[in-house]
Amino acid sequence: MTPSRTAFAAILAKDLRSELRTLQSLPAMALFSVTTFVIFRFGLDRTSLSGSLAAGVLWATLLFAGVLGINRLFVAEREEGGFDAIRLAPIDRSVLFAAKVAALLIYLAALELVAVPIFAVFFLDGGAGLGPLVAVLLLTDLGLAATGTLISSMAVNSRARDLLVPLVLLPLVVPLMIAATGATEPLLSLGGPSYHRFGTWLMVLGLYDLIFSLVGYAVFDFLLED
Amino acid sequence: MRSSPEKAEPAIVVAALRRDYGDRPALDGVAFELAAGESLVVLGPNGAGKTTLLRILATLLRPSGGEARVLGCSLPSEAWKLRGKIGYLGHEPLLYRDLSGRENLHFQARLHGIEREAAEARIEELLRTIGMDRRADERVAELSAGMRQRLSICRCVLHQPELLLLDEPDSNLDVEGRDLARELIGPGTGRTRVVVTHDPERHLPEADQVLRLGIGERAVVS
Repeated sequence: MTPSRTAFAAILAKDLRSELRTLQSLPAMALFSVTTFVIFRFGLDRTSLSGSLAAGVLWATLLFAGVLGINRLFVAEREEGGFDAIRLAPIDRSVLFAAKVAALLIYLAALELVAVPIFAVFFLDGGAGLGPLVAVLLLTDLGLAATGTLISSMAVNSRARDLLVPLVLLPLVVPLMIAATGATEPLLSLGGPSYHRFGTWLMVLGLYDLIFSLVGYAVFDFLLED
Repeated sequence: MRSSPEKAEPAIVVAALRRDYGDRPALDGVAFELAAGESLVVLGPNGAGKTTLLRILATLLRPSGGEARVLGCSLPSEAWKLRGKIGYLGHEPLLYRDLSGRENLHFQARLHGIEREAAEARIEELLRTIGMDRRADERVAELSAGMRQRLSICRCVLHQPELLLLDEPDSNLDVEGRDLARELIGPGTGRTRVVVTHDPERHLPEADQVLRLGIGERAVVS
């Protein structure tokens, strides 16, 4: 068997190289988030947001932008025979799951590097809450990446892939979004960040990440079967 | 006193093999044995189940019934033991279109756990042999179907598999390409081979056995 670390690095490097070369996911995700912020800004007719409204606008935008990347996560494997190549190689198939989660995590982080500063410029009076927001972003991204990878691998064989991913994914990430907005809300409060129940929400996010990472690891091998 | 050598186990043993797609049987009652180093040529019309048979032997499809034993491993229960021992050349080249040919082969080499320097040497040797060394840095999407097939042949034998499962290996290849491909996947390599073909004139002379599949008919081995 090929060491899992070697296979993981190979698949992740392949995905990132392909994305950098073709730019099929990241620019679309970033453009979507910027456009959505513009729509919210003029739709709400507010130049400043705080608390739950700010958290809702941020996470709704990031979630739907993330779905664009999740939709395309396994397209190359499906259309170019990558699934077969990986199934023929002497590797633990769960490595593919781990590498795809890592790739999606990097895409989401890159998206947030663009989207969060723009969100702050559009809607926030100050950037005091952005430091601790990084922890919320990381934990939410991990949960979204684990769940998104799982759903994307199931949907990729369907012709209705673009429809199936949001239909199945969105209900599954409701708890994640509740926890993410719950943790973000006090950070973006009017008058500066507070940490009311912040730790509790982070623990909920961590638990969600753990559960869906383990579920993905456990069932991914079966999903690759014919 | 030396013990008498035991008869070697065949490389492939298939008995009453069946595969259904829903209610439709794609393959039914296939049986043959193939010794190590021998070549089996599989013939039959479109839809007879040739590709299905090959994908079952490659562990990419589960049989619906019957027995299949490949390189001493029962399918599908011991399929995991066969990973890395099979070279599979299918209808799809199994190459990523946005990577170059060389990048694809390096990616495959890493998946198969081949050390970097050994992989480098092996890839260059294969690319030279198949006549692709000058085009290997171009993206696969920009190559012709024949060139992709040449790269796919390199991918198929990169990890020195014991068993070659070749689904119409000559497709899209020109005359020169076919001759070069023989060096890597022909009977002279000494590997056990199962070759699906629509070109019996070319492949029958090198066959140790021939399996004829028909639609709704019993498979015949000769």
